[in-house]
This record gives sequence, C-alpha cells and structure tokens, in this order.
Amino acid sequence: MIVASHLSQRYPGGYEAIKDVSFEITAGQMVFLTGHSGAGKTTLVKLIASIERPTGGSLVVNGQNLSALRRSALPYVRRHLGMVFQDRKLLFDRSALDNVMFPLHIAGMPRRDALRRAQAALDKVGLLAREKAMPITLSGGEQQRLAIARAVVNRPTVLLADEPTGNLDPESAAAVFELFADFNRVGVTVVVATHDQDWIARSRPRVLRLDHGRLL
Amino acid sequence: MIAWLTQHRVALVSAFRRLAAMPLNTLLSLLVIGIALTVPGAAYVLLDNLRDLGRNASGVQQISLFMQIDAGKKEVAEIENRLRGLAGSQWRFVARDDALKRLQASEGLADIVASLPRNPLPDAFVVEPSDAGPEALEMLRKEIAGWPKVAHVQLDSAWVKRFDAFLRLGKLVMWLLAGIFGGGLVAVTFNTIRLQVLAQAAEIEVARMIGATDAFIRRPFYYFGALQGALGGLLAAGLVAGALRLLAAPVDELAGLYGGSFALAGPGPLDAAVLAAGGGLLGWLGAQLSVSLSLRKFD
Ligand SMILES: Nc1ncnc2c1ncn2[C@@H]1O[C@H](COP(=O)(O)OP(=O)(O)OP(=O)(O)O)[C@@H](O)[C@H]1O
Ligand SMILES: [Mg+2]
Repeated sequence: MIVASHLSQRYPGGYEAIKDVSFEITAGQMVFLTGHSGAGKTTLVKLIASIERPTGGSLVVNGQNLSALRRSALPYVRRHLGMVFQDRKLLFDRSALDNVMFPLHIAGMPRRDALRRAQAALDKVGLLAREKAMPITLSGGEQQRLAIARAVVNRPTVLLADEPTGNLDPESAAAVFELFADFNRVGVTVVVATHDQDWIARSRPRVLRLDHGRLL
Repeated sequence: MIAWLTQHRVALVSAFRRLAAMPLNTLLSLLVIGIALTVPGAAYVLLDNLRDLGRNASGVQQISLFMQIDAGKKEVAEIENRLRGLAGSQWRFVARDDALKRLQASEGLADIVASLPRNPLPDAFVVEPSDAGPEALEMLRKEIAGWPKVAHVQLDSAWVKRFDAFLRLGKLVMWLLAGIFGGGLVAVTFNTIRLQVLAQAAEIEVARMIGATDAFIRRPFYYFGALQGALGGLLAAGLVAGALRLLAAPVDELAGLYGGSFALAGPGPLDAAVLAAGGGLLGWLGAQLSVSLSLRKFD
C-alpha cells in the first residue's frame, strides 16, 4: 500500500527533514508515527499525501510512484487519500456540513449525492446534530472530528492524520483514536503521526519512530 | 461529462455568489469598468451619428463638367449620350449662353459681363451621381475627365473628403481610447481578482491539498472576471443610451434651427452585446493574468 525506499526530503533552505527512510505499510494496517518535535513526522505525512514531492528515493502509494508522477496527475492521487492536518485547516467561512462537502465538491460530485455522503460522514464522527454550526463555534475536539469527517468523506483507501489529538483532553483524544480504529477495522490503511505515548502503550500498534529525519 | 458540467455550473454560481457577497466592492468595480467602457462606446456612437449626419447633410453630391470652349453641339450630344449611360445618375445641361445670362443677372457683375468681348463661359453639365461615396465620386470624376472635349471636371465635394478624413481620424481616436480604457479594465479586473485570491487563500490552500486541479481553482475567477466585465459593458451601453436621451431634445432643437431633422441614434441591442462581449473578454484576460501571477505562491 505504501512503500518507501531510500526516501529523502530536502527543503529549499537545504535542510534535510527526511534522510534515507525505507519502510513498507501493507493495506489495512494501522501505523503510528512518532518522534521528537522536528523529527520529520509532518514532512513524512505530507510526502505520503503527495503534498510534498520527495527529493530523493522513491515512494509508492496505492501502486503509484509519487516521485515519477506528473504534477498534473497529483490532484487525482490526493483524492484517494484522506488527510487530517496538524492545524486542521478547516474553512471558517462556511458551515460544518459545507466543510465536509468540500472534497466531494472538488471531485465534481453532484450536490445531492455529496450532501448525503457528507451527512453520513458527520454522523460517523458524531456531529450530525451540528451540521449547520460554523466551525468557530465548535470545541477543539469537535473541530478535530469535523476535520476527520472531511478526510474520510471521499472514502479514501489511506487515511493520514498529523497530530490529531494535539491540544485535546484525554477523553476527546480517546474518542478520536477510537474513530481511527473504526476506520481501520473496515479496511482503511491508517497512518497517524502523534506524540501521544499513552495510546500507543495501550493499543500496541505498529510504530515507526523518527529521529532527526531517520527511521529508528 | 456530468461532473464536468457540474464543475462549470459550480464555478459560475460561485462567481455570482462572490459578486453578491461584496455588493459595495462589486458596485464600485462595475462603475469603474462601466465608465471605462463608456468612453470608447460613446465615441463609437458619436462617430456613427456623425457619419449619418454627413450622409444626410451632403444630400446631393455634384460633379461639374466643363466642356472645352470650342466644343460644338455634336460633342455636347456625345457627352449627353455618355451621361445617360451612367445608371441612376441625374444631370442637367447648362448652356454657355444661359450661364452668361445668369451671370449678367447677378448684382454687380452685369457691367463686367457687358464689357467682355465674347462669352468666356463654356458649356457645362451638372451631374448628381447615384453613389455619393467619396471613392465612387473620385472614380467617376476620373472617368468623365477622359471623355472627349471635356476641359475640366470639378468635384464639388472637397468637404466630403475632409469630412471622411475627419471620420477616419475619429475612428482612430476611438480605437486608441478603446485600447487605453480596455487596458484600464484589464488592470481593474487584475486587481479585484488579486484581492479575491488573497481573501480566499485558506480555501485555495486546502483545495489544492485535497485534490483540486488547477482548473478547478482558476475557473471561478475566470468566470468572475468575465461576468464583471460583461456587466460593466452592459452598464456602459446603458450610460451611453442615457446620455443620448438627455441630448435628444437639444439636438432636435438645433437641427430644427438649421431647417433639418436629425435624431441621434442610440446604441442598439447589437452595440450593447458588443460592449458586453468586449468587456467579458477583457475581464477574462485580466482574470487570467491575475490568477496566473497570484497563484504562484501556492506552488
Ligand atoms: N517548509 C519547510 N521549509 C524548511 N524547513 C522545514 C519546512 N517544514 C519543516 N521544516 C523543517 O523540517 C524539520 C522537520 O519538520 P516537521 O514539521 O516534519 O517536524 P515534526 O516531526 O512534524 O515536528 P512537530 O512534532 O513539531 O510537528 C524541522 O526541522 C523543520 O524546521
Ligand atoms: Mg508536525
């Protein structure tokens, strides 16, 4: 599902955030990505999400070699991936429902179908009652679940989440992790970058540990 | 196909929504664009009316044909023959004796005419050609000048030529104005779109990261630019029409003083469509330039 070999990422300033990283994540796995702040977690997630393009090595996601793809092909790759951003990136000028409909809208789905799908996704994260709410009026945990609903609404094969429980109290965090476990149970490959050692200790998932851009 | 149609409809709807979302901005932009298009639009309508005026006022164009002084009846008959061959043209013969009599009848000239040893005037024809266009007149003049025993052909339409040259100059000025104000329209659109891209930076950033194509992101801005330009064009047509309506009464009065009747012709539906299409095209161009530049920072 996700195969990285000798993957590296050097930012324009010259800093190498990912150094010679190789791993394989098979379909349906749930993998946690940990490491100190600045270790390169966000960078690796963005590489998998094809938001950043690798400067070295190769990365194959869903059978497509991201480093070999043309720029114009990237949007279509991204549509099969769900991404929960570290800073959520919700759109504050529209309702929760419209936020969730946005990816479907981008994919050109007719409004009626999109509406039904978006409501199902909101229901899944327990926010259907708040579909008309503006994101700013939602609590941190609710915003995070809204971001997850947006990430899963296009039924991705791979769900990527970057620090999804940052700033959440333990209960909200547990709810979020439970959600990921649910998606994983129905076959979605899940990659979660997190500092949260508690959850890792409890559920003993597969862990990839980054240190200064290298895989330990 | 359905997805493609949906995307275009979505882009158009979102363009309209953006126009409606900021009514004051929209109104100001439309005014600027409308006024920018009013200037060349008004120039065009003015030239159009002047051309009509020129056509009406000149009424009959005349060519005066003077025979050589020794031309006899036979030669005159030959010329008459040839004039008859000019389809649609009217002409009248002015015999040299008649011309002299008329001269004698004029105040103050009688003495001079009486002192002349013999009639210095030639036989002449006054021709009113059917086609009074400057080029046609000039061609006819050349042709007649080549006829036998014709001494001189005079086009009584020097002013027609001058008027025509003036109209050509006017047309050039109009195109210059159109160029300048069209450039202004592109600049205004460029700026509006740039501000919009800035205002929607968050949406654009997210859209890109979750699978929006370049076309998806650009399309609403193109529609917006074109829509704004087209509406500005319609506004310009309205402004020109309004100005003409204000001018109608005074022009009528003026025409009455000169014993004529002349009504200003306003911009018709076709003119309005041309203005709207031109505005739309320029708006699209401005949006294209702006989006290409503004979106660079998202790469
Ligand atoms: N756009 C960028 N340009 C240059 N350097 C960057 C850029 N993004 C990240 N870096 C650098 O790359 C390194 C890894 O950053 P990254 O965001 O991947 O870390 P992280 O593991 O997600 O950290 P955190 O836990 O704080 O979110 C950091 O040293 C960071 O300064
Ligand atoms: Mg990070």
